[in-house]
Amino acid sequence: MAGLLRRELLVGMLALSGLACGVSRVQAAPASVGVAVISLAGDERYAPRRLERAYPGHPQGRMLDAARLAAEDASVELEMAGLSLKVREVLLPDVQALPKALGELKAAGIHHVVADLPLAEMNQLVRTAPAALGGAMVFNAGLDDDALRAESCAAHLLHTYPSRQMLADALAQYLAARAWRKVLLLQGPLPGDQLQADAFNRAARRYGLKITQTRPFKLSGDPRERDLANTRLLTGEREHDVVAVMDSNGEFARLLPYATQWPRPVVGSNGLMAAAWHPQWERNGGPQLSRRFQRLAKRPMQGQDWAAWMAVRAMGAVLVDEPSASVAQQLKRLRGAAVFLDGFKGPRLSFRAWDGQLRQPLFLSHIDGVVGLAPLEGVLHPTEVMDTLGVDEKESTCRARP
Amino acid sequence: MRQLVAASLTLCAGLALAQSPANRVYVSSEKDNRIYVFDTKGERLSSIEVCKRPRHMMFNPKHTQIYVSCGDSNRLGIVDTASAKMTDQVAVGDSPEIFDLSPDGKSVFVSIEEENVMAAYSLETKVKLFEVKTGGEPEGILVMPDGKQAYVTSEDANVVHLVDLVKRKVVKNIRVGKRPRRFVLAADGKELWISNELGSSISILDTQDQHVKQTVDFKVQGMRAADITPVGMALSPDGKTLWVGLGRANHVAEVDVATRQVRRNILVGKRAWGLMPHPDGKTLYVTNGLSDDMTLVDTAAGKAVRTVAVGRVPHSVLVQP
Repeated sequence: MAGLLRRELLVGMLALSGLACGVSRVQAAPASVGVAVISLAGDERYAPRRLERAYPGHPQGRMLDAARLAAEDASVELEMAGLSLKVREVLLPDVQALPKALGELKAAGIHHVVADLPLAEMNQLVRTAPAALGGAMVFNAGLDDDALRAESCAAHLLHTYPSRQMLADALAQYLAARAWRKVLLLQGPLPGDQLQADAFNRAARRYGLKITQTRPFKLSGDPRERDLANTRLLTGEREHDVVAVMDSNGEFARLLPYATQWPRPVVGSNGLMAAAWHPQWERNGGPQLSRRFQRLAKRPMQGQDWAAWMAVRAMGAVLVDEPSASVAQQLKRLRGAAVFLDGFKGPRLSFRAWDGQLRQPLFLSHIDGVVGLAPLEGVLHPTEVMDTLGVDEKESTCRARP
Repeated sequence: MRQLVAASLTLCAGLALAQSPANRVYVSSEKDNRIYVFDTKGERLSSIEVCKRPRHMMFNPKHTQIYVSCGDSNRLGIVDTASAKMTDQVAVGDSPEIFDLSPDGKSVFVSIEEENVMAAYSLETKVKLFEVKTGGEPEGILVMPDGKQAYVTSEDANVVHLVDLVKRKVVKNIRVGKRPRRFVLAADGKELWISNELGSSISILDTQDQHVKQTVDFKVQGMRAADITPVGMALSPDGKTLWVGLGRANHVAEVDVATRQVRRNILVGKRAWGLMPHPDGKTLYVTNGLSDDMTLVDTAAGKAVRTVAVGRVPHSVLVQP
């Protein structure tokens, strides 16, 4: 079985490199490289009522517009290399439809995928795509799960969206820089809340924050559960500088700012948050990018949109650098930090070799604007200061490399 | 009354001779919607209210007017230097940034950031003459001295477009470093120097055969390549030295044009981008976009001698000796 898989892969790659060589020889008509944006019809994140809530940090629409914008933005540069990117939408009715959809992509010669999927579907796509497509490059542009960068990582999986650990480190750096070191931690009952809390606790240890107390919260009107649901009772502890709320859903966290017992800022899932993008980012061409996206999608650009845009820009950048490289070579170049990207956040960006994560500055922002940029000034790292955010090479458990 | 007459006579004489007030340094402030006026020693004298988000500035050929592109009001403001007032405006496209004048001073070529075009306007009739499509976020513009060709950078596409101004189209795309920003014409017009903000470098283009013949990389002790973001450049009056604002590295690099060697790096303010030397070559004026100030550099000593506050987000600087 493994042998068969390998052979199929090899054949796929040979076919692909043949195609790519052909492309580089024929300069006249731009050859189009297909990009599939795969999403799920019933994805709860995009349920209409859920989108109306527009909780900060959550996506406010699917990634297709951002991917199309990136293909358009990259077109002039790609044209010079005799190429163009053609974005194709794949909307799965359910996860059972994935194999058939991948079969159709293979028939269309598509190897580049932006995954706009929940975790379970994402894992299935990552497992099956290389064999099904005959070589694949999959971008995770919306999930912060650290497991995707660790035990579930893969050689062909790249992440343009920051990991939860990166987001937590950015927040912790900011709190440490302000000397707001005493943190009251409120944690919800969902598995996602636990993952947020794990990342925050690790970041707190890293940057010397003190968790004065950890208290569980629950959305409830039941008077018998008052101590779990009442924001004043939950925040009565006297010693803290800030209240950090770990709420992967967003509903409880929204009720917390200005509703605490003491006048303390709320951070984490509401109030001050770490984010991959903010529509009010004013520098490095940010307003231009946000405006282009707003015009196309009729909504402000969110972190997930930025990550989807960045994913397609990364495909464009590696194609421009080496128009005839195979998908395997492209992966090697991207994960070998041989390709630099302009993310409109200041420094040039590249992917980490050890887990395929895009290293990037993160914004410390509230709903209305950006107040800080991580890595914070004064945070040091022996080789690359952006690697103070998230899992560094020595800590990484990912062993899958292209 | 006699004084008034005398004053107006002097004014008329001044106008007749097309003379601008001497000993002036003008700095555009993006967030204050003003041009601040200093003397050449860095003493602040006054300010001129202009259109919204003033960025790049140029003198007209006689130095009696300043053209200023206003990114948020989509205008090119025209400031009369004698009266220190904005006296006229030309409507341009959405979000103008850098521009250049035709050699006769009658037309202006503007990069229109939001529309991805280089647009040409007549300064006499204020009519748009034509536009040429560019890559994403066009920025630097340079019209060649013969007026027949222009270069435009596209920040997002990492290319320099060579535009034929007679045929009104792009005739060549030249790939340079990451996020190309501005131009300086050096070596008597034979070389075009292009700053690559995210490439931490300068590409040197041969203007005869339109090929990048050399790349100058910048290094600053104690800083990583990613922190060095060159944007603004200025050539010394003798053409032998090029100064490059290294942006986030907070230094200005002094480059020997002939040998391409970086002679030294001069510490200035935060995100140094706008640069202009005094015509005597002894002082370099540097605007620091993130520390809201301007540094005066003694070019012989290679040291900052004075830093003065200029208002929020200073962009460009002009010097009238």
